Amino acid sequence: MMDIFLTALGLIFTPYVLLVMLGAALFGLFVGSIPGLTATMATALLVPITFFMDPVPAIAAIVTTVAMAIFAGDIPGCLLRIPGTPASAAYADEAHAMTLKGQAEKALGTSLVCAVIGGLIGSLVLATTAPLLAEFAIQFSSFEYFWLACLGLSCAVMISTGSMVKGAVSLLIGLFISTIGIDITAGYPRFTFGSVEMMGGISFIPAMIGMFAVSEVLRYVASSHEKLQVPQQSIGNIFRGLGPVLGRYKLNLLRGGVIGTAIGILPGAGADIAAWVAYAVSKKCSREPEKFGSGHVEGLVDAGCANNAGLSGAWVPAIVFGIPGDSITAIVIGVLYMKGMNPGPTVFLNQPELIYAVFVAFFLANIALLPLGFLAIKLARQVLRMPQPVLMPIILLFCLVGAFAINNTVFGISIMLVLGLLAYVMEENGFPIAPTILGIVLGAMLEDNFMSSMIKSDGDLMGFFSRPIALVLGIVTLSIWFLPPVIRALRAMKVSRSSW
Amino acid sequence: MRLNDAVFGIALLLFSLAVIAYARTFPATYGQRYGPDLFPVLIGGALAICGLLLTWRGWAARRSMPWIALGGWAQDRGKVLTFALIPAGLIFYILVSDFLGFVPTALLLLFVLLRRFAVAPVASLAIAVVTTLIIHTIFARFLLVPLPWGLLQPVAW
Repeated sequence: MMDIFLTALGLIFTPYVLLVMLGAALFGLFVGSIPGLTATMATALLVPITFFMDPVPAIAAIVTTVAMAIFAGDIPGCLLRIPGTPASAAYADEAHAMTLKGQAEKALGTSLVCAVIGGLIGSLVLATTAPLLAEFAIQFSSFEYFWLACLGLSCAVMISTGSMVKGAVSLLIGLFISTIGIDITAGYPRFTFGSVEMMGGISFIPAMIGMFAVSEVLRYVASSHEKLQVPQQSIGNIFRGLGPVLGRYKLNLLRGGVIGTAIGILPGAGADIAAWVAYAVSKKCSREPEKFGSGHVEGLVDAGCANNAGLSGAWVPAIVFGIPGDSITAIVIGVLYMKGMNPGPTVFLNQPELIYAVFVAFFLANIALLPLGFLAIKLARQVLRMPQPVLMPIILLFCLVGAFAINNTVFGISIMLVLGLLAYVMEENGFPIAPTILGIVLGAMLEDNFMSSMIKSDGDLMGFFSRPIALVLGIVTLSIWFLPPVIRALRAMKVSRSSW
Repeated sequence: MRLNDAVFGIALLLFSLAVIAYARTFPATYGQRYGPDLFPVLIGGALAICGLLLTWRGWAARRSMPWIALGGWAQDRGKVLTFALIPAGLIFYILVSDFLGFVPTALLLLFVLLRRFAVAPVASLAIAVVTTLIIHTIFARFLLVPLPWGLLQPVAW
């Protein structure tokens, strides 16, 4: 055990990996602090570059970028009332109200320190629960994996914002896209229309760049913009007076971290939902709920802690079961498959040093957030003055080269364009896009486990319930599908009967 | 651009029927009762149900939700042009990059887009040149991505 840990440390503490992490950190801070560019987009733009790295630096780069970007989203939220990433939206009003009261330093300092603590709590939970869960998951067969994938995807649909039917449509589109290409069980080319390039299937990297980056550029073009009014006041010592705040709200820190991690673990819910829930819980449990909204630091502690904790939480189901907790880990799972580090409990047996290196990267990234986040706050005014019209064409060129680089054909660019337009239309009309990416990533695994289970049980559907864990997972999944409509129907019957 | 749910519902219904019909033509796996068509047919079936639900919902809300509601930006010709320029630029790249090469195509694409975003001409040119060269160096030199040289093949560096 100790030697695995030392090997993992050795994998991370090399000049190359540390340099990659530093570069990723600066990139994450930059993207996160620019309103309109999200942490997911940062990951999407980063993946083509990590494609050419070894597994450890590749994963460390993603971990670092995301942790930095989620914190950096707080900076424009606080100074301009425009959250830099959706995960900061829950408390952008509150942080900005503090800025108006002349407490910008306190707000930013609290955000930064809470982000670090939240990230560390999440990392700790990840590093302790994932190996235990993996030991349990090693007994799973295709039946359990089939139900787990169903459960994960159903949660993603349930939790997605807006209408559930639209979430389901989004997921099914993703699953359909995953069936394009050579079929895994019989080797038959499906929906390829004779095209050789389609036979390889829809590569996940161009798909993801299209859905998360190109669609954002299109949305930027279609929306109206005013020039950002960057406040002139200079930012002094952000750590002054922080001790009493943290001492007073130490329970909030713990609560925010735990809520964030737990929500992160739920498939489909990520850092943004974690922040909303933690903020709401903080207000509900506070002794001074009337102060919320007027520039009160308490909610910031909970929510700032929760969103960074949620990031690590999302990795628990991702590496143990291969079921992503949010759209960022969906991208990560795609990357892990490409690196031959197929997520699942066996990776803990075969390549434990790689998994522990990921945990070390999490701790290191969150600790490095303290000095680097401080630097980002100091440079915030310059970064926010950066003209956005210049950025959009540059991002587009990055997308284009990234989509090309995976298979070295322009077919990747076509996939990116088509899915980018699709994602734009979907988002405009209230269809969430995260389930589509989950569908594309998990489709092959779902079908593989479904088909091998069908063949094993010779088409007998009861076979899916023949093992105890499969039975429990199956019942939970089916009740998620069928209980809400049944309850709604019963309630409607009751209402009609009482009015009658 | 917002469309009534029923428009999506009907489109999904047609799409799912096409998927099912096409998947039914896949050959069965020898010796197995289930072939490559099973999973696509199940997805098509589920999509068809969602399509029906959306159609029903859109039809019920047809008074409050028009069939097509163009956003404010769609009336602004300039914005529509900028919007169309992005897919057009990508298609342009797909078609000509092999012949022209990455550097000229990317330069042209960036310059046109930057000008369209109202960046000054000299600044646009400078940004386009610097960005193209940086991206080319990162991907072609360090990551060894074979970006096409095209017309610049004789002077490839």
